[in-house]
Amino acid sequence: MLEILLDATVRSGTPILFATLGAIINERAGIINLGIEGLMLIGALAGFAGTQASGSLLVGVLAAFAAAMLAGSVHAFITVQLRGNQIVSGLALTMFGVGITALFGRSMVGLTIAGFERIAIPGLSQLPVIGKPFFNQDMLIYFSFLLVVAIAFFFYRTRWGLALRTVGENPAAADTCGVPVLLTRFLAVTIGSGIVGIGGAYLSLATTPMWIENMSAGRGWIAVALVIFASWSSYRALAGAYLFGGITAMQLRFQAMGTTVSAHILQMLPYFFTILVLVISTIRLQKGTSQQPENLGQPYDREDRK
Amino acid sequence: MKLVTEKRELTTKWFRFFAPIVSILVALFVAGFLLLAAGVNPLQAYLEIVQESLGSLYGISETLVKTTPLIFASLGVSLAFRMQIWNIGAEGQIYMGACGATAVALFSGFENPALMITAMFFAAFLSGGLWAGVAGLLRARWQVNEVIVTLLMNYIAILGVDYLIYGPWKDPKGFNFPLTAQFSDAARLTEYFDTRLHSGFFLALFCALLLYLFMERTVWGYEIKVIGSNPKAARYAGMNTGMAIFCVLFLSGAIAGIAGFGEVAGLQHRLQHGISPGYGYTAIIIAWLARRSALGVVIVSFLMGILLVGGDSLQLTWQLPVAFVYAFQGLILFFLLASDFFINNRLKLVRGERHA
Repeated sequence: MLEILLDATVRSGTPILFATLGAIINERAGIINLGIEGLMLIGALAGFAGTQASGSLLVGVLAAFAAAMLAGSVHAFITVQLRGNQIVSGLALTMFGVGITALFGRSMVGLTIAGFERIAIPGLSQLPVIGKPFFNQDMLIYFSFLLVVAIAFFFYRTRWGLALRTVGENPAAADTCGVPVLLTRFLAVTIGSGIVGIGGAYLSLATTPMWIENMSAGRGWIAVALVIFASWSSYRALAGAYLFGGITAMQLRFQAMGTTVSAHILQMLPYFFTILVLVISTIRLQKGTSQQPENLGQPYDREDRK
Repeated sequence: MKLVTEKRELTTKWFRFFAPIVSILVALFVAGFLLLAAGVNPLQAYLEIVQESLGSLYGISETLVKTTPLIFASLGVSLAFRMQIWNIGAEGQIYMGACGATAVALFSGFENPALMITAMFFAAFLSGGLWAGVAGLLRARWQVNEVIVTLLMNYIAILGVDYLIYGPWKDPKGFNFPLTAQFSDAARLTEYFDTRLHSGFFLALFCALLLYLFMERTVWGYEIKVIGSNPKAARYAGMNTGMAIFCVLFLSGAIAGIAGFGEVAGLQHRLQHGISPGYGYTAIIIAWLARRSALGVVIVSFLMGILLVGGDSLQLTWQLPVAFVYAFQGLILFFLLASDFFINNRLKLVRGERHA
């Protein structure tokens, strides 16, 4: 029973995990990206279409990454180069994503593909309780584990990671040290967006191997809230994403058991808990136990430097 | 030779005025290519949008029907914008407003139309206001990000309405369809000229006028603008910013809630699924395009009404998904943001190296 619940937790948490990681890379460089929901949809459709056309899941994932990157580059150009309002640009990106995927997804409705399959890791998958949920999963889930560690390593153990963090904290100082601020921000937004796209692809290639209009159903917004819960750290993002995976898994379990509680009420739970978690993490933020990138949401213009 | 940008010393009013119009035109142009890629002839599609929405008296009345909730919701959103507060939850507030009005219509038993309509109006006003007020309270008390809270509450509101119409409020004689019983005649707004145009439209115009007067002619309106443009100065001047944030979000949601009242009392005469096909999201774009002015809101709402009526018709003739309208709206916003840059900066060709 616990194994099944944990397994469902990991599987429903993974798309949110990718989206949260992508959003963290954006915000670490100082750019708020409210386009996550739209990017997930673009990733989901591109991933599905890529796999459908080529028959290869890898091609699908790469297509999702590339398409979301391309869409994210619009947000990057407007907020970084043109110093446009980050909130409005992100909302525009979400609307664009919802609309464009509805338009081009028409021809994909009803088609099927062979989705990701489970691959047991010998030895580890035999562990009691955690063996099956964590080590008898598909490739994308293993990739997400790798990505969590890689992003933490990148932020704190590499020169480029330091540059990226400085750009988000104090772009003027980064500029003085010769870090190309605008380029760094542009790359952070586009690559971060690409990772969000993989989260979307997980929905259409693993969760339910098909394309459904608006299939992200608010997961992108949950990811935006989780960034604050995660204090902009990839390990805490993993914890946050699985927390939400757990709530979703329980909700599905309740429904399967045929409880008398209305399905509509149960479906509210993830959104309700996201708000709750957001409030708690914000209060923690106020108390100074966690900190957001100093320059988050501020455009950088060298001429404005004092 | 190198292309650089340079800040303009002066920005003209004309630029600001024309930027939204140019953005819409460029977005139409780019959306044309998207339509082409989706196998639709864009010129034919655009012609159809104009014909359906403006080509006949009935078409115009339908456009005004769609303009009505857009005006309410956009007025609410733009009020919050004035204070740099982002109310992305107009969609949910419309649902809650509709819910409040429906509760009165179904259960109050009032028979006097004036009493019934007034009670429904205030129920919608309060429901929308309290719904947004939650985000206002969280923002005022703990600085919780109102963008995320208002947005997530949309999902909760829509699921809440679904719960009611699939459950306790379902019409027992409705053949199990997810909708409430039809309202009594006392709970209906007046309709004109045998069309679906109802008195809610004039209420929306009146509301725009009231909001204009509120913002431009009262101390509260002035305080909202000061807090929005310079919160520090506002605090030094002794303004209670926390209270103001709560009140503005409450009022913002309340006005959006009236849109829900208009939809159930004027148009649907019952509560059902999809009472708003995204008016609350379109409202964000309208508020931004209108540069937060009340008159601008009315004009842009009408333009978006044209687009929505046209979008419905394209859905029938070309099987285009209604959500395509969002892609177009996203494009408009992108181009408006880009044009804002060129209002304040100009491109310049410079010889040789750039000297910082």
